[in-house]
Parts: sequence; C-alpha cells; structure tokens
Amino acid sequence: MSDLLYSEIEEELRSSLRALLADRCPPAAVLARCESPEPYDPALWRALARELGVTGLQVPEELGGAGASLRETAVVLEELGRAAAPVPFLGSAVLATTALLTACPEDALLPRIAGGERAAALAVPFSTAPDAAFPATVRVDSAGTLNGRVTSVADALPAGLLLVPAIGGQGAALYAVEAGAAGLGIVRRTSLDLTRQLADVTLNGVPARRLAVGGAAEQAVRQALLTGAGLLASEQLGIAEWCLDTTVAYLKERRQFGRALGSFQALKHRLADLWLEVVGARAAARYAADALATGSADAAVGVAVAAAYCGAVAVRAAEECVQLHGGIGMTWEHPAHLYLKRAKADQIALGTPGHHRTLLAELVDLPA
Amino acid sequence: MESELRERTRRLLAEHDPSDTDRLDFLRARFDAGLAWVHFPVGLGGLGASRPLQAVVDEELAAAGAPDNEPRRIGIGLGMAAPTILRYGTEEQKRRFLRPLWTGEEVWCQLFSEPGAGSDLAALGTRARREGEGWTVDGQKVWTSTAHTARWAILIARTDPDVPKHRGITYFVCDMTHPGVEVRPLRQITGEAEFNEVFLTGVEIPDTHRLGGVGEGWQVAQTTLNNERVAIGGQATPREGGMVGVVAETWRARPELRTPDLHQRLLKAWVEAEVARLTGERLRQQLAVGQPGPEGAAMKLAFARLAQELSGLEVELLGEDGLAYDDWTLRRPELVDFTGREAGYRYLRAKGNSIEGGTSEILRNIVAERVLGLPAEPRTDKDLPWKELPR
Repeated sequence: MSDLLYSEIEEELRSSLRALLADRCPPAAVLARCESPEPYDPALWRALARELGVTGLQVPEELGGAGASLRETAVVLEELGRAAAPVPFLGSAVLATTALLTACPEDALLPRIAGGERAAALAVPFSTAPDAAFPATVRVDSAGTLNGRVTSVADALPAGLLLVPAIGGQGAALYAVEAGAAGLGIVRRTSLDLTRQLADVTLNGVPARRLAVGGAAEQAVRQALLTGAGLLASEQLGIAEWCLDTTVAYLKERRQFGRALGSFQALKHRLADLWLEVVGARAAARYAADALATGSADAAVGVAVAAAYCGAVAVRAAEECVQLHGGIGMTWEHPAHLYLKRAKADQIALGTPGHHRTLLAELVDLPA
Repeated sequence: MESELRERTRRLLAEHDPSDTDRLDFLRARFDAGLAWVHFPVGLGGLGASRPLQAVVDEELAAAGAPDNEPRRIGIGLGMAAPTILRYGTEEQKRRFLRPLWTGEEVWCQLFSEPGAGSDLAALGTRARREGEGWTVDGQKVWTSTAHTARWAILIARTDPDVPKHRGITYFVCDMTHPGVEVRPLRQITGEAEFNEVFLTGVEIPDTHRLGGVGEGWQVAQTTLNNERVAIGGQATPREGGMVGVVAETWRARPELRTPDLHQRLLKAWVEAEVARLTGERLRQQLAVGQPGPEGAAMKLAFARLAQELSGLEVELLGEDGLAYDDWTLRRPELVDFTGREAGYRYLRAKGNSIEGGTSEILRNIVAERVLGLPAEPRTDKDLPWKELPR
C-alpha cells in the first residue's frame, strides 16, 4: 500500500511555505492584486523560486531543479490553494514541466523553468481532461511555423514560454514558443477565477522549436494532463481546508440569539460533515500524489477518484464558507469569494468530476 | 522485537501443532505464551509490545493454519470489556476474566443502553443499592447483543440518585447466569432478533465485581466507549470490500438492470467508498507510527452513510427482485452478516449503522466540539441531581 502520510521533509516544506505565504500573500494583498493590471504576483513567484526553490521541485538536480517527487509538489499545491496564491505554479511547475520532462527530459529550457527565471504554460484549454484527443486547433505550416488558436489557457499571461501541441505533417507534435515571438497573441479573458487567469492564444505564422512528434508528443500532453488532474486535488484540498478553518473560527466568534453561532447543533453538524469530506479529500489527494510520484499502475484510478471527489469537496467547502458567513460572505472585501471562484473553476479544470467518474467507470469495469 | 515475536510464535506452533491440538488448548497455550494480544502485559496474554506487532504474530499463525478465537463472535469482550478491565480492574479481576474472555470460552455482553437512556447514556435509571458486602441491581437494559450467549456482562448502574447524572454511576461486572437476569429477544426491523432486552430483578453483585470507584462509572465507561469506536473503524479492507463490492458485482452481472441515473449514483458511491477506504488506510498508517488522528470518528460516520446509500441503491437496481425479501423468520444470528443475505435485508440492517455504537448525530457533535473546537450546546441538566431530572 502506498504511503498516505506526510514525510518530515514534506512537513518542513509546508511550514516554510506557509510562513512565506502568510507574510507575502495575505488575503488583502491577493484581493488588491486581482483588481490591478497585473493579476499575477511576480515578486511572490521569485520568492518561491529563490527562497524555497519550489518552482522546479520535480526537475532533477542536474537540471537546476530540486529533484524531489510529485508528493512534495502536491504539498506545495495544498499551501498555494490555502492562500489562493496568484502564481502560475500549476501551469508552469506542474503542467508545462511535466510535459517537457516527458517529451524531452534534458531540454535546455528545463533549468530556466526550474529556476523560476521564466514561467511556462501548456497551451491547452484549462478544461481539457486527461483522456482528451490530442488538440488539433493549431497547425504547422510548410514553413514550420504555427497557425491557429487555443482558448482558455491557464497561466499563459505571465508565461515566458508556451508549450504548444500542434498538428503537422507527421501528425501530433509539441512545440516551444517564446512569449515575445512574432505573430503570437496572448489575450486575457475575463476569468471566473480571479487568482488564476485564463488567456486565449492566437498564432499566425509563429516561429517555434519542435520538441517531440507522434507518440512522444501525445504521451507528453497526456502525462501532463493526468499529473495536473491528480495534483489539482491537492490544491482543492488546500482550498477546502482554508474554507473550513476560516468558517469554524468565525462561528466561534460570531454571536446571535445570545450564543456563539458555533454552538447551534444545526451548524455544528454541517461543519462536522464538511470536516469528514475534507478528511476524505486528504486521503484521496495523497493517494493520487503518491501513485503519480511512484509511477504506480493504479495511478489512473487514483487520479480519477481524487479528481471526482476533491473538486466537489472544495466547491462545497467554499459554498458553505460564503453561506455561514452570512452577509459578510457576500461582500467583495471578505476573501471567501476568491476561494469560491477558484474552487468552482478548479471543478471544471482538467476534467469535471462527472467526466472523471465516467473515466473511472471504464477503469474499474462498471460500464454504463 | 519483531524477530523475537516470530521466534516465540514458531516455538508455540512447534510445541502445540495446530493440526493435532484441540482448538481451545491451542488458544489457551497461545494466551499463556503472551501471543494473544502482544500489547497486553506479561501474564495477561501479552508481552508489553507495541500493538502493531500483533500483525507479525497473526501472519505466522495464519500461515500455519492455526485456529483463531473468532474475534468477530466475541467482539464485545475483546473490544470493550478487555481494555476496560485492563485499565480499571484489580489484579485478581484481570487474572480471573481476561483469559477465558480472549479464548472465547466466556462470551461477554454490554449492559449500558436503556429504554430511556440511549444517546443520553448518563441518564440511565438502573439502580444498584448497597446491601451488606455487595450490591443489588434492579432495572432494564436494551439493545444488548450476545446477551443470550453471554456468561458475563459489563454493566453500568446508578448508585447515587442525589448527585448530577454523570457522577452517581458505578461500573460492575454482572453474572449473566444469576436467576434475576432475564434475557428476551428483541425482534427488529429485519425480522431477526440480533439484540435483546435484559431485565434485572434483585441481581446480587459482589463488591469484588466492581470496576473502578463507587460513583466513578462514567469515567470507566468512557474507556469502553472510546474503544468501541476504535473497533468500528479499524479494519483494513481491499478495494471494493464490503457493501460496494456486492453492488458492483450485481451491476456487472446484470446489464439489463442498468440505467443512466443508477450508473451516476453507483459511480459516486464507488468513489466515496474508495475514499473511505483510503481514509481508513491513512488512519492505520498514522496509528502505526504512533500519531493517532481524529479520522476514527470520521470512519464510522462515513461507513454508516455509505452503507445506507449503497444498500438503498442495490434494492432499486434490482427492480422487481427488489420488491422481494429473503426471509422474515425470527432468527438469532451470532454475527451480523451483510453479505450472507439479500438486498432487502442489507437495506434494512444498514439503517442501524447510523444509530448503533453512537448515533451519527452524536458523532457529529463529537467532531464539532472535540476536533473543530466549536462551543458545546447549552445544557440544562448538567448540575441537577439525577432524581430531579424531568423524564
């Protein structure tokens, strides 16, 4: 059986990360940033890269990374989820890095991404599920440049580098495109999740470097999406934990009808049920992370279970957080809405819970 | 310690070859060798080792085909009476009771719940009055499983009605063969009688059968009840173990029954069952490295909800067959066997999962107050003497 606990190293990583985020990424700062022209926090990203070295956790040490496993990456996502941190970690350190490590594990781009010098993004719609057909909206022309459009790409705005799946003469291929390349347009969408922006990417004869073709390119995209879907569960766990903790703290303080709200059994039972779901989400997220980290044959099942379960838990926790804060929960100045928006967007990201259940039906032989 | 245990177990097997040793003789020898429950003290069936090491012994014994003590059949003795006797019993009580308890020669039951004291257990009204050297007990208990096979019972009774309800309770060991003990089967929703009502009329209990101090029965009972909850969540299960496996098998075997709605519900329940299994696995891993978490309470809540959801789903899935019931005959099972009977039985029996061993409502209160630290409900009965409580 896989290890579902946190190692000492993971706990240390968590506590330094939590301390840094408490200091550099308090809810008020996240709110202010959402409304600024620069929705991502480059200073926080640099701090994550330089002070904690987490931007290249899964990259081998000889390529400038930390040579850690996806279990540690999952812990980082838990904490970033707890803080609703506006950094492109999922897009760069998980999706793009996994694609690159799978397609060409020694590419010269890796050290730069690992060091946080530049963020990268995988140019697929954020809603793409791991079993999706290879994206066909970008074509390679005879000159070897890219043409087409990819909608709703997560973390593309701050990315210095895009990994673009495209269809060329030899079928599926994966290309690297520099953010400043001629013919490339990255247009910010107004996103439901204020802390992880989506952008539409247009390519008109964009020069690109080919990283992989055929099965290797397909495998790279699939592995990135599977890893992303599995580790997103850890982010969802972090969101749910913040929502539960914040709501519990509020209900201990807030008094109505002459009593602390938290002493009403109707509310206590709702929070106990939510706690139960968070406990389950932790077990599911840990299993998925461990299965991905160890390359377990059961990884696909572990990811489908975590994705189907944790997405719904995060949304419910955020919805309960808004409801149980009463009118305060509806205000812009209270951060609850940041978590609700991220939780709801995450539920659609990388395959909805319903989609993952359908995948599971095949994997565990429960056909429709 | 692990290799020493393995060595000890092999020596036991060599000296008492299970293939030609009487079952009880083997179990007694195992107890005397300290291999019954290795975390118990030396002389009481254990070696003072850490609890997870029991797995080493069990593995060796299972490989040798040794008989076990049918732990599910004597679960109340093992899971509830034994830890309480170990913690609160006198040396004499431990020596008298633990060995036959563990071998299963003496079955135990638990005389706690009453018709008027279920979740509010401390409201109990069964009276124990001091009479010379001992006590005389009068009252009625209910929901007592194995009372009809039990030799002994753990019993809580009120010894002082003039103090608030939690303070006037005392904990005893009750002889179930006493003529004042009357056990009546209690037929339940499934048609069978898994539980009993127990009427206690002038039952005499010597003071040497008291566990813990007079008036301190509530604290003693906490040990029993905490162990009950640990026991409920504690077993490792494979994927699709239990109720979910039964429904999944029906789904695979009967494609003609499938509908899109049931498919969605089945997959949701399957995911929840897998998550509950992984949560239980986390709990066991935490226990193994000595960091017990509050997941135990979660396990019982999750188990109850899932069992009810899945068993209800199964009855619907079966359609016309779901309208039938296997057998309404009054039976007295020794074990609750969810998989040995049909869907209707499972559906009805699962209703008890959120009531027995602490209702889901009480468990949610425990989670809310002890895990999340939310304030307690205001209590109107806390400082009133028991005899002044409205009832």
